[in-house]
Amino acid sequence: MKKTGFLLTALATSLFASTAFADVAVKLGVLNDRSGVYSDLAGEGSVVAAQMAVDDFKAAEKGITVEIISADHQNKPDVASNIARQWYDQDGVDAILDVPTSSAALAVNDITREKNKVFLNSGAGTSDLTGKACSPNTVHWTYDTWQLAHGTASAVVANGGKSWFFVTADYAFGQAMERDATEVIKANGGEVVGAVRHPFPGTDFSSFLLQAQSSGAQVVAFANAGGDTINSVKQASEFGLVQAGQSLAGLLVFANDIHSLGLQTAQGLVLTESFYWDLNDQTREWSARFEEKMNKKPSMVQAGVYASVLHYLKAVEALDGKGAGEVMAKMKETPTDDPLFGKGTIRVDGRHIHPSYLLRVKKPEDSKGEWDLYDIVDTIPAEESFRPLDQGGCSLVK
Amino acid sequence: MFELLGIPPQALFGQLLLGLINGAFYAMLSLGLAIIFGLLNIINFAHGAQYMLGALVSWMLLNYFGVPYWWALLLAPVVVGITGVVLERLLISRLYHLDHLYGLLLTFGLALIIQGLARNYYGISGLPYTIPSQLSGGQNLGFMFLPNYRAWVVVASLIVCMTTWFVIEKTRLGAYLRAATENPTLVGAFGINVPRMITLTYGFGVGLAAFAGVLAAPIYSVNPNMGADLIVVVFAVVVIGGMGSILGSIITGFGLGIVEGLTRVFYPEASAVVIFVIMAIVLLVKPAGLFGRTA
Repeated sequence: MKKTGFLLTALATSLFASTAFADVAVKLGVLNDRSGVYSDLAGEGSVVAAQMAVDDFKAAEKGITVEIISADHQNKPDVASNIARQWYDQDGVDAILDVPTSSAALAVNDITREKNKVFLNSGAGTSDLTGKACSPNTVHWTYDTWQLAHGTASAVVANGGKSWFFVTADYAFGQAMERDATEVIKANGGEVVGAVRHPFPGTDFSSFLLQAQSSGAQVVAFANAGGDTINSVKQASEFGLVQAGQSLAGLLVFANDIHSLGLQTAQGLVLTESFYWDLNDQTREWSARFEEKMNKKPSMVQAGVYASVLHYLKAVEALDGKGAGEVMAKMKETPTDDPLFGKGTIRVDGRHIHPSYLLRVKKPEDSKGEWDLYDIVDTIPAEESFRPLDQGGCSLVK
Repeated sequence: MFELLGIPPQALFGQLLLGLINGAFYAMLSLGLAIIFGLLNIINFAHGAQYMLGALVSWMLLNYFGVPYWWALLLAPVVVGITGVVLERLLISRLYHLDHLYGLLLTFGLALIIQGLARNYYGISGLPYTIPSQLSGGQNLGFMFLPNYRAWVVVASLIVCMTTWFVIEKTRLGAYLRAATENPTLVGAFGINVPRMITLTYGFGVGLAAFAGVLAAPIYSVNPNMGADLIVVVFAVVVIGGMGSILGSIITGFGLGIVEGLTRVFYPEASAVVIFVIMAIVLLVKPAGLFGRTA
């Protein structure tokens, strides 16, 4: 477990500042994948993002001492549960951040509720976090399977991609993604002709691609993430799926994945994201600062960690306290406003509401730089981006 | 048209062929492991990391020095093989008189260090490496679209495996190697430099892993964990084939690739487990492995 301390600056400032308010000390734990498939899109970058939020908020000047710790959950729900319990029970952690890998996130979701703490999820996809598994202690900030499925699938179906084949990662996220996308496809008059569930993580997808190819579907959709998606798209290009007339849809693709695939292989892929570094001046400015520290542009997950920490600290400042119940209530009643996601709200089911972007990967000749990856095809307004409150089956919604 | 268990024969042929291609990687990697174990009695857990290094070095050669794929195919195994020689001289050679377990722990530690360093510098998402233009595209075989590059992988791997087998089983050099495995003292007494031979053998085994890595670079994502994901399966292949058996590792490598490919059609969820199930059964029935000799 690595400690990233802000104690020094925080202490120094609070000692010298003639502060009028009582000091609040909060401890945040960034729990994510630090060595496996999701360590580029979350990993140390999420810790850096959390740290940037604390610095930008000037927490120390406002009498809030923030300590950030981090740990590797190895994408395993059992490891995530053990760390979460230890953090809450012994280490005095007030809020857990990030937690990619839906199965791990669902585990942390339960424990956070049981211990009455705060869970600010940015990395996980399953829409169950604000659906049937929703909790008064959880905020799901960045994206979810319903949002991505709707953004990408409805756009592809509208463009004539009526029959679909899924290549799905065989765990909570992949299954949720496939389910949510299937719903959209059927609602828009398309059909799903087949699906194959591959073990997570996988390396060779050629067998599954061959099945996708022989299914004759117009669209081959990848309901997987990270390294799995990279390998799938790379091998789909090798097996000539696109040349043979099928189109590919990435249901969860991050900017880092496209960067790794190279535009030559990934060009034309349509996808949905909640954040892209090149949206406006504010995102560009923040991303440039992030890049100075990490040598790469931020993923939407890392952006979500930054924004959620910022909003959490605002609530702590307003309350001058850190009780989970009060902080959660404050976070939900105060509209969110940050440089990366703009203005938004947090709904009663914990869903953070913001616009999403339908993007298309550029052709290599149109790209002006290493990270110039996308054309913005469409902006989906905040109120249409996420599942309507009454359809998730969340018990908090009356 | 007839169907086999609900799968049309075309699909089945396709999957058999794909299984063979994956088997080619298993065969090359398990061959290297078998040679190293046979001669050095070291269970080389760093094999996966060395496979990854092969891919990484070919990426570096291309991006830093403009060296194309075909030269990388030759150079990367040599470069990685040399690092293997250095490792053997500096560290591994100190463990020969100890139990297998120490070699395993040392090489496992080395693997973690190599992967950690690569992750630190290049991240986990992987690095792009495109298929050489001579081998892009593919053939329509009627039952499937076979990318030219995959066909090349099978051919290259068969050539390398068969050459290695031939050298070890049929030549004078191979006879020295096999003799040194049986009785190093006696072979040394005939004036053969056994320690040097052992060092070079380790370097060769590592070079084989790197060669597989170069072959893998254009089709799998070049990332620090690519070897770690594969090595556990490859160890199972070696155990099934019989530790230290050269021909056994080649045949089991290809065979298990096919079994895994078929599982992907009939019950994809189990495709990650099937090799280990077979391993458990083989260990129960024939503990020395299918081609192993009982000591």
